[in-house]
Amino acid sequence: MAAVHGDAHGHGHDDHHPTGIMRWITTTNHKDIGSMYLWFSLAMFFVGGTLAMGIRAELYQPGIQILEPELFNQFTTLHGLIMVFGAIMPAFVGFANWQIPMMIGAPDMAFARMNNWSFWLLPVAASLLVVSFFVPGGAAAGGWTFYPPLSTQGGLGVDMMIFAVHILGASSIMGSINIITTILNMRAPGMTLMKMPLFVWTWLITAYLLVLVMPVLAGVVTMLLTDRHFGTSFFNAAGGGDPVLFQHIFWFFGHPEVYIMILPSFGIVSEVIPTFSRKPLFGYSSMVYATASIAILSCVVWAHHMFTAGMPVVGQLFFMYATMLIAVPTGVKVFNWTATMWRGSMTFETPMLFAIGFIFLFVIGGFSGVICAIVPIDIQVQDTYYVIAHFHYVLVSGSLFALFAGAYYWLPKWTGNMYNETLGKWHFWLSMFFFNLTFFVQHFLGLAGMPRRIPDYALQFADFNKISSLGAFGFGLTQVLFVYIVINCIRSGEKSPEKPWDGATTLEWTHLPTPAPYHSFETPPVVK
Amino acid sequence: MRSKSVATLAGVSALALYSSMSIAAGEQSKYNLPEPQSVIAQDIYDQHIMLMWICLVIFIGVFGVMFYSVLKHRKSVGYKAANFHHSTTVEIIWTVIPCLILVVMAWPATKTVIAMKDTSSPDMTIKATGYQWMWGYDYLQGEGEGISFFSKLSTPRDQIENRAPKGENYLLEVDNHVVVPVGKKVRIILTANDVIHAWWVPALGIKQDAIPGFIRDTWFTADTAGVYRGQCAELCGKDHGFMPIVVEVMEEDDYAQWVAAQLNETEAAAEQAEVDADTEFTLDELSEKGEQVYAAHCAACHQPNGQGIPGAFSALDGSELVNGPVEGHIEIVIDGKANTAMTPFGHLSDLDLAAVITYERNAWSNETGDIVQPSDIKDFRN
Repeated sequence: MAAVHGDAHGHGHDDHHPTGIMRWITTTNHKDIGSMYLWFSLAMFFVGGTLAMGIRAELYQPGIQILEPELFNQFTTLHGLIMVFGAIMPAFVGFANWQIPMMIGAPDMAFARMNNWSFWLLPVAASLLVVSFFVPGGAAAGGWTFYPPLSTQGGLGVDMMIFAVHILGASSIMGSINIITTILNMRAPGMTLMKMPLFVWTWLITAYLLVLVMPVLAGVVTMLLTDRHFGTSFFNAAGGGDPVLFQHIFWFFGHPEVYIMILPSFGIVSEVIPTFSRKPLFGYSSMVYATASIAILSCVVWAHHMFTAGMPVVGQLFFMYATMLIAVPTGVKVFNWTATMWRGSMTFETPMLFAIGFIFLFVIGGFSGVICAIVPIDIQVQDTYYVIAHFHYVLVSGSLFALFAGAYYWLPKWTGNMYNETLGKWHFWLSMFFFNLTFFVQHFLGLAGMPRRIPDYALQFADFNKISSLGAFGFGLTQVLFVYIVINCIRSGEKSPEKPWDGATTLEWTHLPTPAPYHSFETPPVVK
Repeated sequence: MRSKSVATLAGVSALALYSSMSIAAGEQSKYNLPEPQSVIAQDIYDQHIMLMWICLVIFIGVFGVMFYSVLKHRKSVGYKAANFHHSTTVEIIWTVIPCLILVVMAWPATKTVIAMKDTSSPDMTIKATGYQWMWGYDYLQGEGEGISFFSKLSTPRDQIENRAPKGENYLLEVDNHVVVPVGKKVRIILTANDVIHAWWVPALGIKQDAIPGFIRDTWFTADTAGVYRGQCAELCGKDHGFMPIVVEVMEEDDYAQWVAAQLNETEAAAEQAEVDADTEFTLDELSEKGEQVYAAHCAACHQPNGQGIPGAFSALDGSELVNGPVEGHIEIVIDGKANTAMTPFGHLSDLDLAAVITYERNAWSNETGDIVQPSDIKDFRN
């Protein structure tokens, strides 16, 4: 049953909010909070990106030039943590905040004040991570996976990282509970579960995954903390513990985490492709089932990150088979998107370009994923640049491209203005070109034997590293263009038509004016 | 239609890259796994090529359809949208076919997994121990039993810091190679002294983590004599990128000679150690030896000038502990300090430990005048 105000006058509450900075600090409005999430993640995307530029600058040629090995390790560690927890995840929560209430016909999120709190935890955690570079000993340097005993060796920076992860985890759990409750309780009358837009479905499943695995991460970092400071020996063999236990617990969180970052992208792409194909999504229910299968399978494949840690034959085989199975529902999704495009009437505005780019590159990431799943091959490529290439294909050209697709798709609804289509297309093609320049060659580097997380390398890897670095600089610069496009859209974009995308069918386009009013759906729409 | 031609170009170039990967295979290792030198490595190589072909076929199939659609089913050419949205038959087909493809992939992989885990009845066994940042090798069983040495990066700092031109095997060269005979099943037992490392030699198709406090094992049989290089593959701290592995595979006769020479040296060293244990050395003798030991084992963190790296690695120059009682100094060097980067160095010989401790107590601005004799270390150990 929808919880609504029953305000007969529609948008009566429009301007009842403080102005200036207090508006943002005290806001409980899902649109304000969504915007803050999105701006925050964009800022963190540039912090993490700057670290990536440092890494690629050091790797531009053999020898140590810019970053000493210890600082290099801090850069790779914080690049990973900031991109995962600071950029990609909050960006998707931002989309959830803006879109879920509007797409299900709800007035706001279920727990509006908790929503505010989940956001405001983020800047605290992010500051801890960034400031840790400047404490004695510097930031955590044990990789974003912070395996002990290496991470028990670190200094204050590791403790700050642990605290930051705790805070981020709390924020994510609150955010997820909010999303689950909103979706389950606040849908407009007539919107059954199987009528929900796919973006809402993917987020519902993602939120359950988050609630399941975030406490596991909190647990494992707490165990690390007590090992570091309170004399426990969970991960210390000398005290009866086992370093590999950490890896099992970490990846029990870490693998579902991968899907937490990709399922909402599937959702966004499943909204964009039908809109610009002017044709309903092919196989809606199989999409839902495929998403759920991926989520369930993602919980039983964690040890494929640990094939070289040493485990019994049966263990290796089980995790290999389970991992390979994920290719089936993922394949179903790709086939469904293709079938949606088939005999559509397509146009190729920027959101559609990013969505097609997503499918194209994500499939390459999926292929290298299957190759990594094969234990014998994984033995060769584990912890090499091949893996780096693989997960950037699914995370950058996967999650990030989907985020761009979503941003261009919904910017007119959020701001009331159109973005500059020409610049948007430039953004896509430059991103596409430089992304592949950066990461495709890393497949070769990995196969030829270059380990990851090294600040310097043997001479036979020099050519591809140079190409990769040039690509990375280009990719980084291209993203500045995105910021320009967004600011330009907000400040001086052309006024958007009420419905800029004629193929759009979800509630925010069919039942709400553009831009969306501050309070929407105070009276729920009726979905037939 | 700019976007159209660019899309086509992108598709074609990606395909070209993918196929060039398979074609280039075998000729050079710049694009692909190195030329296999063991049965397992060969299996891995072949399976990788097979998977690349399968992926290429699927890629062409899926994106052939998608890009045909992108080119033909567009509004700008006046194509009117159809309105179908599901087909149970089609959906079942494209669920079942991938399952079958997976079985084709999994079958050979399963056989290889079983083979690579079978470390039984080896011809010889070598223990590899990961240290921050070098490898230690002990020949435990088989021809060469009793040989034991450390293997450390031999690339000079000048090359790394760009003061000298980089050599051919830059970062992939060590002072002591792991030598094994050709055609023998070699079992490698792995552990680590401090943090997790991973022992990886691509041409032999093995990679196994070395975990402190635990034993893991793996095996290989090298097909041909030669020198095969690899690197530590698990982030192990500052010098993770600087602890390569070099395996030298010798013909049986050469190997026998190598073993004899090594065992002679080991024997001589053992005799010397016995003499050393009861010798009283002078401060100069110990300091001179200590400086070498320091450079090999301590300088990476504590730095050649004893200043350490503030916040990360303590300074020894002027340190309270180094200038304090001798017992405390010996204890921390031998046992390490829990939960810090100071790992135990008890694996060094009594003489090396005595020398390095004496050196540290009398180097830089430290002037304790203390002399630590090998017998002091022996007493501490007992």
